[in-house]
Amino acid sequence: MSDPQPKHPFILTRADHFITWAQKNSLWPFGSGLACCAIEMIATAAARFDIARFGMELFRASPRQADLFIVAGTVTNKMAPIIRRLWEQMPDPKWAVAMGNCAVCGGPFPTYAVLQGVDKIIPVDVYIAGCPPTPQGLLHGLMTLQAKVARSRPTKEILNPDARRTR
Amino acid sequence: MLDVPADRPALREVHEALTGRFPDSVLAGSFEKGELAETIRAEDLLPVLRFLRSEHGFNCLDDLIVLDNVRLPEAPAKRFSVLYQLYRFPGDVRVRLVVDVGEDEPLDSVVPIYRSADWAEREAFDMFGLRFRGHPDLRRVYLPDDFDGYPLRKDFPLEGKGDGL
Repeated sequence: MSDPQPKHPFILTRADHFITWAQKNSLWPFGSGLACCAIEMIATAAARFDIARFGMELFRASPRQADLFIVAGTVTNKMAPIIRRLWEQMPDPKWAVAMGNCAVCGGPFPTYAVLQGVDKIIPVDVYIAGCPPTPQGLLHGLMTLQAKVARSRPTKEILNPDARRTR
Repeated sequence: MLDVPADRPALREVHEALTGRFPDSVLAGSFEKGELAETIRAEDLLPVLRFLRSEHGFNCLDDLIVLDNVRLPEAPAKRFSVLYQLYRFPGDVRVRLVVDVGEDEPLDSVVPIYRSADWAEREAFDMFGLRFRGHPDLRRVYLPDDFDGYPLRKDFPLEGKGDGL
């Protein structure tokens, strides 16, 4: 502009910072409550623990409207293909959280019926141990995920489409 | 629950009717915890059930239970015991039929007599691999269709076979 007006404020920042700032403060979880961990996830979403403080209160019932997959509970082998399919239905960019010992590694069920960790079928960003994790534990995991999102470089994917999902 | 007196007249009546009508089919009978348990021959399962339902008013098949006898100290002749839990209401009368069956022997399906046996027999097939002759739709209930083995058999490894995927 030939005639800059000095009284109009402006901010300079890196595109990565700006994009990840928006992403991490507006995660839309897809609540897949598979077992008792779902109760703690629901408690986390309710008023007392209030996940809305972190911009994550919009639990979606459809994977197509979500970018955060909270796998809350036991994944059985029969459920595993469905979990995989739900994950594939989520649009990029997306993140996954394994909530509870069952989703992390099978938990107390080293059996023929239970998948020994959801990371066998989908890429997991944050593992939250506990049986079940408390709401505080889930919130800590989600804040850890926010820190991870903040470290990511989404412009790399824009500038180089081949580098999709490099975070 | 209260333990009703072992020798209930209604149960004795059923026991006497059964042994009178099917003297060869009833192998053993006993009263346990206010319930009647009759061991019967597998071939005569359907006539016995039909008799109990139509003439003694046992209008409900509560459950179908399978026991795997493979690791019992005194191993019975047959591998599995199948328990049919019959219930009559009103009146709160319970009768248990016990049928012993070998690993490769099919049983007659009781679905034509009790519709509630449909999924119960599918579960027995799913978990123990029992076959039921005449079942309308004998396929797995809980496990994936391509599951290998029958997990509630005592010789099935807890962790399953293969990598579990």
